[in-house]
Amino acid sequence: MSRKVELSLLLYGLLLSSMGEEEGLHQTQFLDTMFVRGLKRKCFDGEEDIEGTLAGIKAIPSYNLQRQSLLDMSLVKLQLCHMLVEPNLCRSVLIANTVRQIQEEMTQDGTWQMINTQSTGQASLDRLVSTDILCRSSRDQAEGKHVPAYGTFNKDFESDQAQDSSETMSTASSVQAPRNLQSNVWEMENPQENKGNFQKSLDQIFETLENKSPNSVEDLFSEVDNSYYDLDTMLTGMMSNTKMGHCDNLETFSTPTNTASNSNCKSDLNDLDHIVEILVES
Amino acid sequence: MLRAAGPWRGCPGRAGVAGGDGGGNNEVQWCFLQVKGAIDEDVAEADIISTVEFNYTGDLLATGDKGGRVVIFQREQETKSRPVSRGEYNVYSTFQSHEPEFDYLKSLEIEEKINKIRWLPQQNAAHFLLSTNDKTIKLWKISERDKRAEGYNLKDEDGRLREPFRVTELRVPTLKPMDLMVEASPRRTFANAHTYHINSISVNSDYATYLSADDLRINLWHLEVTNRSFNIVDIKPANMEELTEVITAAEFHPHQCNVFVYSSSKGTIRLCDMRSSALSLCDQHSKFFEEPEDPSSRSFFSEIISSISDVKFSHSGRYMMTRDYLSVKVWDLNMENRPVETYQVHEYLRSKLCSLYENDCIFDKFECCWNGSDSTIMTGSYNNFFRTFERNTHRDTTLEASRESSKPRAILKPRKVCTTGKRKKDEITVDSLDFNKKILHTAWHPTDNIIAVAATNNLYLFQEKVN
Repeated sequence: MSRKVELSLLLYGLLLSSMGEEEGLHQTQFLDTMFVRGLKRKCFDGEEDIEGTLAGIKAIPSYNLQRQSLLDMSLVKLQLCHMLVEPNLCRSVLIANTVRQIQEEMTQDGTWQMINTQSTGQASLDRLVSTDILCRSSRDQAEGKHVPAYGTFNKDFESDQAQDSSETMSTASSVQAPRNLQSNVWEMENPQENKGNFQKSLDQIFETLENKSPNSVEDLFSEVDNSYYDLDTMLTGMMSNTKMGHCDNLETFSTPTNTASNSNCKSDLNDLDHIVEILVES
Repeated sequence: MLRAAGPWRGCPGRAGVAGGDGGGNNEVQWCFLQVKGAIDEDVAEADIISTVEFNYTGDLLATGDKGGRVVIFQREQETKSRPVSRGEYNVYSTFQSHEPEFDYLKSLEIEEKINKIRWLPQQNAAHFLLSTNDKTIKLWKISERDKRAEGYNLKDEDGRLREPFRVTELRVPTLKPMDLMVEASPRRTFANAHTYHINSISVNSDYATYLSADDLRINLWHLEVTNRSFNIVDIKPANMEELTEVITAAEFHPHQCNVFVYSSSKGTIRLCDMRSSALSLCDQHSKFFEEPEDPSSRSFFSEIISSISDVKFSHSGRYMMTRDYLSVKVWDLNMENRPVETYQVHEYLRSKLCSLYENDCIFDKFECCWNGSDSTIMTGSYNNFFRTFERNTHRDTTLEASRESSKPRAILKPRKVCTTGKRKKDEITVDSLDFNKKILHTAWHPTDNIIAVAATNNLYLFQEKVN
């Protein structure tokens, strides 16, 4: 890996580790700048854009890195949609489509192959794409179920690449994010389970959303610790869930005024209601 | 900013509309009327307003919040003693519409948040509205009581039952006046018809049926029947792995009771005619509206920002309006291949999409609305900004709902977001916008120039300045 790319990765890592402290756009303005440039679909030529100034390090990560970071972000988002309340299906579908789009492009690029060869074999931290690890219910693991390879996703690709792409993804390690961010999320990761079938992960997410197995959500939560939720709060900026009593707010409203009933029709109907009630003595 | 995509067609406008743009093209100036809600900086999640809707006459304004409550405001009648030309809105009724539930089968909570409220046209003394959360729709009756019966035979004045042997004579109870009491009672509960989250309800122009739409299905109900509904649209794939598109909004045509539209997360709108087939399943549609993508602006976020968050027919029924993340589009129902008008709401956010994706703001669902004469459209943005677009004059205005500009009859000053490097006085830069202050829900009075803007937990009411 070239020196420049290493520097870019270091910068990105620093950026990720500082993300939790700020709100607003500032922390990812850097990424936005990248994406403005990377908006158009460029031909992959292996060169990076070295431009702009950022804390003295004159390196803006390549389009591939931009794309990879978006992929990682999307996968984390898909994870975090397993909440107590049923997740927003529209949001999940849009994120999943984004992930598919990136993966499709990366496969057409042949980027997956390249990244695989460049892998330094760092520990399972880097398997950001292995979403199945969190999605999989522990019940399945216990029973040692054989997970069938999903073929539907492959219809988008050239048929030859399909098998390769789903296998190489599990060992892809293009972005070496810092431990402190990832370790919280991946604590329950089982290094043995690195089939990393990407499509299977997406499907499990949708299955969980469908909730074919009532226990799946409980199983998902059985091994997650609290830091899981911290990450979620950090990334999605959720507000606190405290509920105030109703009374406090109602007091700020003015009391209903006495409006005289000004139509005969109205009063007649009210009378009728009341008479019926009297007769029924309800 | 307006980029007209086709030949401009004037909207016919409704006859006899009060207020509005007047005879000429004078710009509407808005002034503050009222603000409802707590002033605290600390906002309780339950108080966040999730829907706003005027009734057919505009005399009633309903809001729903995340805590499952509905608050109805009533416009004060102008009396001779107070010849004020504007009527204020005061609380008329408050009730708990939905409670949090737990789905035992799926081990998931069902939020009590009110997603939508739709009024029924008034047919007698009482008012009726439909309110819905993710799973259940309820029909509420709101009625007034200003008389009470006294002199029961079997009950004391306290309500305690009398001993029968104490009753020595019979009397007819009499009606005595009492303080006005407004009661809300649930009349129908339409439940167990939606597997996915309900995003829209729409009352049909026949005033007897209504539709409810969730992420994958649309059901047709009769208002009198709660144990049965008809599924009229189903886009759920046989294999959920193949799911790539969901329904985001649906609405009945204002005049043709057999026509409705639904929008999708891929930026498409389908118009369906219920007469065309008895069972319309799997996206059979009469018309399909989609704007071809501009290849030069394609990015990984293109699909997400094209997802339609709201669709609204014009009052005339000739046009419909869709809201996606960055723009509002007006479509002529007779032209499917592109909108007739496109308005950029906050184009300066296009370069910030990655940040907005990261903090989930890119998934915010903004609504939009027409004014009574269909000449102006309104939608919300961030930093408590909302935008109006006059279709005739191509004039657009950015206004802010804030406590600072909340003095009685204070004229709202237009705001401007600085998109270039040099910030002028009173302009605000994109980076200093507050993305937690989002205006997702707005409503326009059906005939007058009164608008209701929901800013988190506060409801702002603005009225046209009258000279």
